[in-house]
Order: sequence, then C-alpha cells, then structure tokens
Amino acid sequence: MEFAPVELFYLPNNAVTRLFNIAGAPVKSTVTTTWLIMAALVLISWLATKDLKKEPEPGSLQNIMGAYVEAIANLVETTMESKNKAFVSYIGTLTIYLVVANLVGIIPGRDLFNLYTPTADLNTTLALAFITAINVHFLGVKTKGIGAYLKGYFEPMPLLFPINVIGAFADPISLAFRLFGNMMGSVVIMALLFGVVPLVVPGIATIYFDVFAGVLQAFIFSMLTMTYISMEVE
Amino acid sequence: MSDQALVLAASAIGAGLAMIAGIGAGIGQGFAAGKGAEAVGKQPEAQGVITRTMLLGAAVAETTGIYGLVVALILLFANPLLGLLG
Repeated sequence: MEFAPVELFYLPNNAVTRLFNIAGAPVKSTVTTTWLIMAALVLISWLATKDLKKEPEPGSLQNIMGAYVEAIANLVETTMESKNKAFVSYIGTLTIYLVVANLVGIIPGRDLFNLYTPTADLNTTLALAFITAINVHFLGVKTKGIGAYLKGYFEPMPLLFPINVIGAFADPISLAFRLFGNMMGSVVIMALLFGVVPLVVPGIATIYFDVFAGVLQAFIFSMLTMTYISMEVE
Repeated sequence: MSDQALVLAASAIGAGLAMIAGIGAGIGQGFAAGKGAEAVGKQPEAQGVITRTMLLGAAVAETTGIYGLVVALILLFANPLLGLLG
C-alpha cells in the first residue's frame, strides 16, 4: 500500500473532480471545495467594495468587512510591530479562508454537494505551512543578510547545528499537523456521532467540534504564522 | 485466528495506546489556563494580551496530543500494516 497523504484518508470524488486531471494528479473534492470558498470570498469582497460610502450604515456589509480589516490590522500591529504592515493583507486572507474552510462541516447537506473540509486534508495544511516557512527563511536572509542567517544555525554553539536544522523543519510540519489533526479529528468525531445518535446530540456537539475548534484553530494558525515571521525578522 | 484479524486487533489496541499522549497535552493546557487565570486576577487590564498568549501556548502544548491523534487515526482508518500481509 502506497503511503501518500492523498491516500491517507478517503476523499470523496464527484462529477467535477472526475472532469479535471491536472498533470496526471487527480483533483480531489478538497480542491473543488477550495474553489467554491474562493468564489464566495471574491463575491463578498466585490459586494462589500461595490459602492463605497463615506459613512456606511451600521450592520451593512461594508461596515462588517471594514471592522474585520481593522481588527486584523490591529492584531498584526501588536504581534508583529508596525514595520510589518505588508503582512496585513496576507494574514487577513489566511484567517478568513481558514475560518470559512473550517466551518464547511456545519453546512447542511454538504454530502449532496460533495463538500469536504479542505483543512482536513494534509495537502492543504502542508501547502499553507510551507508558505509560512518560505516567508520565514526568505525574510530571514533579507533582513539579516545571508552570513548572519547561516550563523544563526551554529548558535549558541556549533555542536547544535543538526538540532537547529531539525528545528527549522519541525516548525512548519507541526504547524500543518496541528490544523490537520484538529480538523480531521472533528470530521471523524462528527461522522461517528451522526452514526450513533442522528438527533439533537450532534447538533450540540457541532458547536464545540466545528464552530469553536474551527475558529480557534484558524486564529492559532495565523497567530503562529505571525509569531514565526516576526521572530525571524527582529 | 487469521493473520489479518491479528493485525487488526493489534492496530486497535495500538490506536488506544497512542491516545495516551493526550494526557500530556491535557496537563499542559490545564497548566497554561490556570496560569492565565492567575495572571488575569493580578492584572485584569491586560486581559486581551494574556488571553492571546495563553491560547498560543495552549496550541503549542497541544501539538504532542495531536501527533498521538494522527497516529491513532492512521492505525484505524488507513492502516499501513495491513498492506504488508500481501
């Protein structure tokens, strides 16, 4: 048996996924669900910025999205200091995508539309974690210079070089596995609960396993991304 | 008992044993939450920063528990050992 992340767990196929086959790799429902989320987020952004008002009414879409952008800008400023303002757009996009992706589990009738929580697939979370890792190392070289960056691996003493290298690889992998494990756990637990008691109980449990854990993990993923990057930039 | 039944039974026991890792994560998170409550009691005005730091620390403490969960899920739903039987 081939031990690849694609075959780790069964991912549902549908008519759309069978249509596409990019470079010999099958497009699974994780990817098609991500496309749907992307389309929804683009639509919301377009609607929110369609006719901008100087003073939006309270509760309007522009007002809500404005509050979200402001909250993310504040969060980035307190965690990464004000010189890293360029990260507001990336962190904002990451957070809103992860929140929506983690909440796919509460959509009623998602099996009919073949929706599958994208973050419960190791491919998605590893890809997002590697974006963070590339940011960390690229900005590390850029701000400190290549010499000082490489010297950082031989500190506090040269003997610890292998451990520092393992540490550099462990960060993105633990980041990916934390989100994947949490969301996979909630998907499996909810499926088991629906199998045992189909009424009432899963409805209460979904508030904890999908809504609470999903939003918390999305927040933690972007918080850790910011912490890793700002630790390297300082 | 067939070979396959033996591997399946051992995998189920192994999955249960892997979840013992949850003890460490639970203790760690409880410790973080307790210290967080203590800090809020001392400095109620810094509640936002304390809560954020506590959640971050709790997430890091959770990592080992999640590794155990991933191992248990692999043993239960995508058992690599069954393929070795041939």
